[in-house]
Amino acid sequence: MAQSLGILKESASQTAGPYVHIGLLPNFVDIKGVYESDLGSAMVNEQTKGERITICGKVFDGAGAPLRDALIEIWQADSQGFYNSHSELRGTADPNFTGWGRQPTHMESGEFRFETIKPGRVPYKDGRLMAPHISFWIVARGINIGLHTRMYFGDEEQANSEDPLLARIEHRVRVSTLIASREGNNYGFDIYLQGDRETVFLDI
Amino acid sequence: MSNKKPETGAFWARDHTRHPPALTPTYKTSVLRSPQKALLSLDGTLSEITGPVFNPSILGELDNDLIHNYAAPGESAIGERIIVHGRVVDERGKGVSGALLEFWQANAGGRYRHKKETYLAAIDPNFGGCGRTITDEDGYYRFRTVRPGAYPWPNGVNDWRPAHIHFSVFGHGFSQRLITQMYFDGDPMIWSCPIVKTIPDKAAIEQLIAALDMNNTIPMDARAYKFDIVLRGRRSTLFENRLEGN
Repeated sequence: MAQSLGILKESASQTAGPYVHIGLLPNFVDIKGVYESDLGSAMVNEQTKGERITICGKVFDGAGAPLRDALIEIWQADSQGFYNSHSELRGTADPNFTGWGRQPTHMESGEFRFETIKPGRVPYKDGRLMAPHISFWIVARGINIGLHTRMYFGDEEQANSEDPLLARIEHRVRVSTLIASREGNNYGFDIYLQGDRETVFLDI
Repeated sequence: MSNKKPETGAFWARDHTRHPPALTPTYKTSVLRSPQKALLSLDGTLSEITGPVFNPSILGELDNDLIHNYAAPGESAIGERIIVHGRVVDERGKGVSGALLEFWQANAGGRYRHKKETYLAAIDPNFGGCGRTITDEDGYYRFRTVRPGAYPWPNGVNDWRPAHIHFSVFGHGFSQRLITQMYFDGDPMIWSCPIVKTIPDKAAIEQLIAALDMNNTIPMDARAYKFDIVLRGRRSTLFENRLEGN
């Protein structure tokens, strides 16, 4: 026997369940007075630099029904491509932009909506620039471990064509599942958990 | 983060043999909500190794006291008073400082305060069921609450969840993001629960069971349970030949 590496094992994931809002968006389900506002509900303020955009969409199950109890978090760079994080050593991110947001899918329509800014480009590990993108994380009843994916922008064709992650998708027809379509300042981004149109999910 | 140098290594690959797979048919809702295609693996870029930072100034005085944070002045939640405490570490055993923990749970009778919940057990007017805290420099956290009750759910005809507290955890990178559930030592319901049993590895289940911790009880006040949480480890910079770590 060799020496032990002495490493621990990550705590196992469990579903967030149908009442995830109680803990993560209590004001949204009328639990008032515990927190002033729900964390992650506002990503920008009046001083935030960059182009204001809205991202809307739904999350569909394998039978084509929208999830009405999902919770989505997004994480993204600021307009200059800097992350508001301790591990960001290349520069200082816009202090008026958190980079992180959290929203539910609507309990009737199933729609989610983020008010944010369009992110700048961030380098890949080898220094090449990745196309502008936003990281998504989806949890819900029935989802045993949070699903990671990325949203790219439909009006960034040139950047998308040279993006290192998009280039690694073997079945090219699936690339389009990660690309949001633009209409004015609104990007539409639907997520398909299962089936023919299944979104590409990431093991990151 | 104190005065330690920020870490920029990519996170270790997730061991999916310890996590529940997406498709676990005895937990029925997973059938239509599980991807069928393989995940695309990506070694961490800046988008994954960075993550949001939460300043302790966001916390209110009672955010980690579920016995009082929804109660009328002078009142408190009904149920077994407990303290839950522990440490957030990564797979290297390093304490994770500044980690935001959020928790939610049913009341002592197993009833959630949620508009879609219809279980006939009564709402406790002095119990909301949510709380949050941020770990200290060494990764420690604590909160006060009442022990939640078991509750029935429409899966099998007679399925009941064991007593549990949901935990949401942020580490230092977005790919460390984790939601899990804490169970209570000795609860016989644990081993018959379809959601617990989505986890294929018995040791991984045992890691989610909090131990009764009599040494940290407050006599004549509250018992304590200890629950440590392990997040993914990350590569350190063994060789400084690349800016983003080895």
